[in-house]
Amino acid sequence: MSAFAWNILLALIWIAVSGDFSGAGLLTGFVLGYIILGITLREVPAFAAYVRRVPKIILFAGYFLRELIRSNLRVAWDVVTPTHYMKPAVIAVPLDAKTDGEIALVANLISLTPGTLTLDVSSDRRVLYIHVMYLDDLEQVRADIKRFEARVLELLR
Amino acid sequence: MIDVLVALSMLIGALFMLLAAIGLLRMPDLPMRMHATTKAGALGSGLIMIAVALHFSSSEVTARVIAIIGFIMLTAPVAAHVIGRAGYFVGVPLWHKILQDDLKGKYDATTHTLRSPDIDSQDIEQPPRDH
Repeated sequence: MSAFAWNILLALIWIAVSGDFSGAGLLTGFVLGYIILGITLREVPAFAAYVRRVPKIILFAGYFLRELIRSNLRVAWDVVTPTHYMKPAVIAVPLDAKTDGEIALVANLISLTPGTLTLDVSSDRRVLYIHVMYLDDLEQVRADIKRFEARVLELLR
Repeated sequence: MIDVLVALSMLIGALFMLLAAIGLLRMPDLPMRMHATTKAGALGSGLIMIAVALHFSSSEVTARVIAIIGFIMLTAPVAAHVIGRAGYFVGVPLWHKILQDDLKGKYDATTHTLRSPDIDSQDIEQPPRDH
């Protein structure tokens, strides 16, 4: 996290030095700061982890957006066509996320991808109860959710 | 060019909001209504906000748009989760075609604890670990 603060600081310095007080200036400063941190501090583990994480976050944002649109279309199709194709179920999915923050983020992102809605987490935090709209194959759905969770956790750890 | 993008993004956004509204009426039970409204609603309002940012293309508007989209993404799923959860535990009936219900009977209303399924029993099969 402090690596991120350093990156922001470098971006602010870039804005001050170049006198370009705009969003584009901030973005330029951020990218330049990122490159500088990546080159000069690659020996420091905290910074190296940060430098590796940023492209992953951008990739994940793209992947998440694609999922969001793709599965929104499926739900949309079901809403407008007269027949209901839903196969709803409430399933239990074991959690790999441990801390409060991790569980909250994973649950939130699962809720945001259509077709899945987090209902609750068990009191011992071992299991997430998820309402699934299209249960074509239990193992498949569970594996999909686990893969999604693994991707989220990869960003956090 | 930018006008076309703005119009397109606004139209698609409004369409998703309309779908969310229709879904709210048409879906057979509470969790599925939450499905239809949260996602399509979040995507729809996000697209409309993007159209606003493109139209004004000034940094103050864009900053606010980013904040609004961020807060929608943060709050919509929380609301859906809380409403869905409350509905489930209060006993709102689920659709009759529901395939399985792992949550059934796991909640203790007096102690407010939620048991996890017994991992050792047949309640739940462990998924394959791929990492």
